[in-house]
Amino acid sequence: MIKGKKVIAIGERDGVPGPVIAECLEGAGMEVVFQATECFV
Amino acid sequence: MNFENQGVIKRLADQYGPENLAVVLGNGEANGVEVFAETVTQGDPSFAGPLAGVALKIPVYHVLEPEVVDVVPENLRQEKLELSSMVIDVEPMKQVLQVAREKL
Repeated sequence: MIKGKKVIAIGERDGVPGPVIAECLEGAGMEVVFQATECFV
Repeated sequence: MNFENQGVIKRLADQYGPENLAVVLGNGEANGVEVFAETVTQGDPSFAGPLAGVALKIPVYHVLEPEVVDVVPENLRQEKLELSSMVIDVEPMKQVLQVAREKL
């Protein structure tokens, strides 16, 4: 289960970016300890 | 996964313990998901980055999987994730990530 974990958010430029993942999870009361957005080619 | 991010994840695992962490991905296509998942569970498959040979066994999810999206408040889900959920096919990613989590 993901609840109670510290979250590392690795987003993607052509998908869901890291800051968006972080905002959604922080809104759910979770702790995001790192977020980044990668460009996968 | 780029080397800079691998280095940060390694440091966070040292700091908090990998058992206290979860990785949430936002990939738009399935082909990157398997590599990312392998990197944070079994180690960098390219054997070139900071996580080469380092099996952190951190559970990994996609932000659009039910395990994640169901805990996001409804207003944020609609505002931030609804459009992505219409264009990203999460089904093939779910299969890859469930297998990766079952191996932990």
